[in-house]
Amino acid sequence: MSRALPVVTVLAGIVAIWYAAAVWMNATWAFDQAERAGQTVTWAEVIPQTMDQARPLLPPPHQVGAELWKGLFGQAVTSKRSLVYHAFVTFKGTMTGFGLGIVVGVLLAVAIVRFRVMDMSVMPWAIISQTIPIVALAPMIITLSSQLGLTGRDIPKAVIAAYLSFFPVLVSMVKGLRSPDQMQLDLLRTYGASDAQTFLKLRLPASMPYFFASLKVAVAASLVGTIVGELPTGAIEGLGARMLIGSQFGEPLIMWASLFAAAILAGILILVVGLIERIAGRRMGVRA
Amino acid sequence: MTALWLAITVWLAAWALNVRLAGSGIAQTRLGRILVPLIFGVTVLVLWEGLVRGLNVAPVILPAPSAIAAKIATSLPVLWQDFAQTILKGAIPGFLIGAGAAFLTAIAVDRSPFLQRGLLPIGNFVAALPIVGLAPILVMWFGFDWQSKAAVVVVMVFFPLLVNIVAGLQASDRMQRDLMATWGASYWQSLLKLRLPAAMPFVFNGLKIASTLALIGAIVAEFFGSPVYGMGFRISTEVGRLGLDMVWAEIAVAALAGSVLYGLISLIERWVTFWHPSQRH
Repeated sequence: MSRALPVVTVLAGIVAIWYAAAVWMNATWAFDQAERAGQTVTWAEVIPQTMDQARPLLPPPHQVGAELWKGLFGQAVTSKRSLVYHAFVTFKGTMTGFGLGIVVGVLLAVAIVRFRVMDMSVMPWAIISQTIPIVALAPMIITLSSQLGLTGRDIPKAVIAAYLSFFPVLVSMVKGLRSPDQMQLDLLRTYGASDAQTFLKLRLPASMPYFFASLKVAVAASLVGTIVGELPTGAIEGLGARMLIGSQFGEPLIMWASLFAAAILAGILILVVGLIERIAGRRMGVRA
Repeated sequence: MTALWLAITVWLAAWALNVRLAGSGIAQTRLGRILVPLIFGVTVLVLWEGLVRGLNVAPVILPAPSAIAAKIATSLPVLWQDFAQTILKGAIPGFLIGAGAAFLTAIAVDRSPFLQRGLLPIGNFVAALPIVGLAPILVMWFGFDWQSKAAVVVVMVFFPLLVNIVAGLQASDRMQRDLMATWGASYWQSLLKLRLPAAMPFVFNGLKIASTLALIGAIVAEFFGSPVYGMGFRISTEVGRLGLDMVWAEIAVAALAGSVLYGLISLIERWVTFWHPSQRH
């Protein structure tokens, strides 16, 4: 309870600020309406009006909550208006990119730890690759894959998500595979272990805590990548596409609801990865 | 096909050279540490050029590096205009405002452990969210010009930085804080002389993450509406016209800007946190 209280207090503060901002931002519209109708209104009359506009500048929390509820539970999950459906499309893209990112990250890390020349030539470029704003590539990856005859939007999305998520895995795995100290390496050498044995029995197990720690970062990065991949590319399915539709049709409520759906999805993904981390840790004998 | 084989030969030769360099004593020197990745980068470009020429890849799929370089050379004014709009007006002011706001917020909650305990988990969570999704909303609020781009960048960099600064301010040891207390240091003295300097490695870590986010935010925000110039605008319109050489030229500029920004922050970091073990070679 002592841990929940501060979080709840800060959350309550944020909601309070949000309501205040909603009144302030939406009041202009209410005053304009009244002026056009030739009436003068007081603040006391305006405030209720700022709470339930159809196209508010900043929807107050309860309106977003209602729209979110409608999107999640208001219809069958297979309906195109259901946020569950769109979240699932985004989830699929995230997982594909996440898997691809893990494979690339781990393979590169193994090569970098094994071969000095890989370490020296590839590692600097891996760091530089992350300073390139990948979203700049998003529209191009999509044209490119359609030129190559790959229809559908799954592959470009997954590529962007993988590009963002391979890096944390790579960095942590390099650190983890190098974490056994000299004593442990020497011990294996006195046992006459081959390179492959040292790798499988010492380096790989030693890198696991680093690996799982990086997964939490990687899954969040992968979700960001998927949504970015859906945003500017004219996709019609997925949470990013919902945001785009809300923006183009001037429906702020749709935008906010899909934004919060994305937040919920992120929360679930991080929780699940954290859970897997804890289970794997317990199986490998990490003391809690 | 000869171009392709030539490129592959060059690539193999350079790779063999790199293997030798990495194994020799040069690898320990500063020259070697720059030379090896440089050779690798150049060979990737050569291989790319060879692939495009040897297999006659259409320019609408992948333009050759030489074509991209030629495009950069002939369209410098346009590239500069886009760079000024997106990076100088959008990303950098947003980055500075966001960093300043995160810093002030961290100092403001510093005296209240209660607020910190509330803010840290929420900040950590929000930092993992796809905040880019706010871009269309902020473009709606602040209009099409650079103000909306800067606003997106502010929101994107704020939370990762806040979390890092708050964590950094708790980084000094108990022993060190006790020492400050025995010297009778006031809150502000101990903040300025002990806790802020001790927080700097965390702050710079946050700034590095934020520098990439700033570029992403500024470019994505332009996909939702912009004046008729700017890097994001140019990329989305040129893709529509299949002018991929121009797209790659913009990407090259973005990569250069991102690397320079990152390098600049690393340089300042080395200067400010010279005492930290990771900076002492």
